[in-house]
Amino acid sequence: MSAGGALDLLLVAVVVVPALVGAALALVGTTADRVAVPVVLGTAAVVAAASVAAVVGAAEVATGFVAGADLGLDTAGPAAVMTPVVTVVALLVLVAASTSAETATARFSGLMLLFVAAALVTVLATSLPTLLLGWEVMGATSYALIGLRWREDSHVGSGLTAFLTTRTADLGLYVAAGAALAGGSGLDLATLAETSPGWRHVVAAGVLVAALGKAAQLPFSFWLSRAMDGPSPVSALLHSAAMVALGGYLLLRLAPLLAATGWADDAAAWAGAATAVVLGAVAVAQRDLKQLLAASTAAQLGFVVLAAGVGATAGGAAHLVAHASVKAILFLVAGAWLEAVGSKRLASLGGAARRWPVVGACAAAGLLSLAGIPPLALWVSKDAVLAVALEHSPALYAVALLAAGLSAAYAGRALVIVLGSPHEGADAATVVGPEDGAEEGAVGGTGRVPGLLPVALLPLAAGAVGLGVLGLPSVLSRLPGGAEAPAPTSAEIVVSGLLATAVLTGVLVLSRRARGAARPWPSAGAGAGAGAGAGALLGWLHVEAAVHRLLVRPTLRLADRLARVDDDLLDGAVTWVADASLRLADRSARADVTVVDGAVRASVAGIRRLGQWARLPQTGQLHQYYLQAVAVLAAALVVLVIVR
Amino acid sequence: MLSVLVFLPVVVAAALLAPSVPDRVARIVFVATAAVEVALAGAVWAAYDDPGPGALALEEQVPWIPGVGSSYHVGVDGLSLPLVLMTTVVFLACAVFAAREQERPRLQAALFLFLEAVSLGLFVSADLILFFVFFDLSIVAMYFSISGWGHGNAARSALRFFLYTFLGSLALLLGFVGLYVASSPHTFDMLELAAEPPLQGTGATGALVLGAILLGLAVKTPTFPFHTWLPPAHSDAPAIGSAVLAAVLLKMGTYGFVRFGMTMLPDAWRAWAPVLVAVGIVSVVWGALVALAQTDLKRMIAYTSVNHMGYVVLAVGAAGLVSSGADDARAVAVTGAVTQMVSHGLLTAALFLLAGVMFDRRADYGLGEYGGLAGPAPRYTALFAVAAFGSLGLPGLSGFVAEFQVFAGSIATAPVAAVATVGILLTAALFLRAFQRVFTGPTAGLAHGFPDVTAREWAPVAGLLLLSVLIGVLPRPLLDLIEPAAVAAAALVSR
Repeated sequence: MSAGGALDLLLVAVVVVPALVGAALALVGTTADRVAVPVVLGTAAVVAAASVAAVVGAAEVATGFVAGADLGLDTAGPAAVMTPVVTVVALLVLVAASTSAETATARFSGLMLLFVAAALVTVLATSLPTLLLGWEVMGATSYALIGLRWREDSHVGSGLTAFLTTRTADLGLYVAAGAALAGGSGLDLATLAETSPGWRHVVAAGVLVAALGKAAQLPFSFWLSRAMDGPSPVSALLHSAAMVALGGYLLLRLAPLLAATGWADDAAAWAGAATAVVLGAVAVAQRDLKQLLAASTAAQLGFVVLAAGVGATAGGAAHLVAHASVKAILFLVAGAWLEAVGSKRLASLGGAARRWPVVGACAAAGLLSLAGIPPLALWVSKDAVLAVALEHSPALYAVALLAAGLSAAYAGRALVIVLGSPHEGADAATVVGPEDGAEEGAVGGTGRVPGLLPVALLPLAAGAVGLGVLGLPSVLSRLPGGAEAPAPTSAEIVVSGLLATAVLTGVLVLSRRARGAARPWPSAGAGAGAGAGAGALLGWLHVEAAVHRLLVRPTLRLADRLARVDDDLLDGAVTWVADASLRLADRSARADVTVVDGAVRASVAGIRRLGQWARLPQTGQLHQYYLQAVAVLAAALVVLVIVR
Repeated sequence: MLSVLVFLPVVVAAALLAPSVPDRVARIVFVATAAVEVALAGAVWAAYDDPGPGALALEEQVPWIPGVGSSYHVGVDGLSLPLVLMTTVVFLACAVFAAREQERPRLQAALFLFLEAVSLGLFVSADLILFFVFFDLSIVAMYFSISGWGHGNAARSALRFFLYTFLGSLALLLGFVGLYVASSPHTFDMLELAAEPPLQGTGATGALVLGAILLGLAVKTPTFPFHTWLPPAHSDAPAIGSAVLAAVLLKMGTYGFVRFGMTMLPDAWRAWAPVLVAVGIVSVVWGALVALAQTDLKRMIAYTSVNHMGYVVLAVGAAGLVSSGADDARAVAVTGAVTQMVSHGLLTAALFLLAGVMFDRRADYGLGEYGGLAGPAPRYTALFAVAAFGSLGLPGLSGFVAEFQVFAGSIATAPVAAVATVGILLTAALFLRAFQRVFTGPTAGLAHGFPDVTAREWAPVAGLLLLSVLIGVLPRPLLDLIEPAAVAAAALVSR
């Protein structure tokens, strides 16, 4: 076999091996729990190595699928960057997951491998049907993973919310496929931009909606809040290298299509910028570490979507990669602290970073990078996006800069608390008080963080710090789509770096003062009149409640009503026809007796009477017969005379 | 070869009627015969070469009623062979599933083998009278299955099923006679009718004849608003009766759309196409919404059949919109429709067999009666989850391959078809809501002590689902079979 053939087989294995092993583990279930960890880690390691080899060898494979499109995988383009990110982050997340009893099971491991396989298909897809295959299986496995603790109804409900919300957006891809077919471009992703002008708008709109849904951009963001019910390793992967991240990735890949419509690129840019600001503000208002991180994911993906809109694909890809390592760390740490402390409330995590210094240092590196502090990774990658945005429109740049400031605010807020002293944290918890409600799952922590955790965290921390190299002009220009993009000027870089540092310092100072006044956090709910706004931010703008009120409940009511119509009217009509037939039959039967049979009987009676009359002349007396003969003859004569 | 495939089960069924056959033997014979049928269908597939447009492979023809131009004429093409294969597989799954049947197993085996023969005979028929005979015999056999082995209000549901679909078949017969009268020379032969379609350019007459045929098929399929016989029939039928009813008998309706309507009455088909598109969309949305409101598992699955068959009607309707100019897209829609028939057969049979497991254990289909079933019955849960995700059109299973093509092809020819995509969202909601109610949360109600599936129960379901996954990931072998025939059918409509 040629080297190319072997490489292509390797690429197939990258997808098929985790899918098969994952399906087997998930289906076998508890009986395979004991071997789950070695099997899943071995598989993930092999897949990571194979994926790097496949990317280096520029492998691509295809076989026939549906509607003239291929089931194709190709490592070219942005996939060359994203594929190794998915497999490596997945491996590290699985290492971390193996340290917790809940996530060391066969079912969890199997579902995670399926999730990874689906994410890889999404990344590598060459055609719309292949993309949908990965895209929706990813959604379905995330449903199962978010609802992993299936005995909790609310967790399964959260999975359902995530799946239905993203699938609503996915309908865009189905419509896009129809439009692409009508527009004569075929279903290959590479040729979508060549769809005939009218249909091209539909294709772009469909793709845009689907991607915004997966990337948890406005107005779909709320599902991400519910998704926090899943175990932390799920969030660590879902927010960094799969699902949410791939929503942004799809737009980066299809940026040419967006640009070809003349409006979809601007729409994407503004949707991304708006999400970055609004969800940034939501993140600032959160009181729960995981919720804060979730909102920040939507906000950070906003920069990626913005990048796709303004054509900064290289900068967007760099941001996606850097964000992946940052978020993977933060969710893994959040999960470990949750188990150790028994609470994910920010206020209870005071001093957590001091208590567990290695893990804490990794978390601090992640948070500083998230804040955009120079020279860490997200500072550089964000600026690669902002530079292009500035060329595009100063207004867009200004909004994005505001969003960058908000990232520093929410990251700084979390940083201040976890780096603070535990004593203050406990105080703060009492001050925050009962309006937070009894926290679900707060059952008292184990008091310890797994010793193996840093094995997974340290490489990610290195990425969170060092992946800024992706933003260096010489590297950026080699990323897909990077050749033509303008590199950030030093002025821009300094502006955003100073902004992040200033905001972070501001947060630090404010929180010190607030500590003096025994307040946990001055912004959320502190000012009179800001309460409603803060409440809205805390509740993720209450979009989920609105969706329930405006869509879900009316649909269920409509369903109930239609079911009644079905039973009463449609089925009722059939029953009525049947009953009417019976009644008609009944009436016919009666008519049969009275009319038809009556007529027969009446005629019988008539004939009998005729017979009686006919018997009358038969008297048996001769003279009467003669008399009758004379009468008949006379009558005959009369007739004869008249007729003649 | 096709005749052996069709008549072997009848011969075996006749032998099983002998009262001296012990129940144990009857069960084994049922499974063995169904397995031989799968092998025979596989052999037919192996011997099959695409016959090209307007022809059939493995044809057999002997005179039957020469006076009216009707003959025993059978053959297969890319439209019928997939259904033949699916039918044999579904019957094998049912045979295995029924291997523990306690109630008159010998007669049930005979009845179902007879039904299998009738179903296969229908799909290979190339003569309208022959088709009609099989069509009505299938109704008779299913009537006995429901009334003889059903539960609940079985007698009433069976009668309703029989009368409703039998009336539908009379409309169909009327249409067939119309075709016969209009053809010259008079014939009931499908190939001859398709080669020289009668009633071309006759306007109202052709539309009326097709209208009668469509009415008969719409009842059988069933489409909105003729679907109300389906839920009671399913909810009172035995598990394998429901599986066959949904998987095989419903396909007789949808198969007819492609077989008679599109190819024999192209002119009238184009006139009816907008109506079909509308009926398809309404069936999709109506079926899904009403299913969402159900509290009985079997009724819910029954209504999803209305939804799934709606996709088929939508696709074949869109294929009649010739003026759209999107010839490729029309062929894609027809391919999707035929794929959907196969896919729905596999997935719905699996779902109904699983519903049967529930009834065997607890004699209750009420969604609200269970809770947390995943605890006591993890294997059952896994099977149900896969089947449900397949039925809601998740990629990686056959439903996606079918529905993606239906959507892509239909939207490209009739943009209004985009409305029907709501259907996959609603089915996702209804299946996952039902799943959540029955399988997750704390173990409650009838779920306590629910025994997990036995090998006899999970093996047939797993087999059906495995085939669905194979089609979902590697659909080419199936699509290579269907596509030439679909392209031909789409081209025939534009005559």
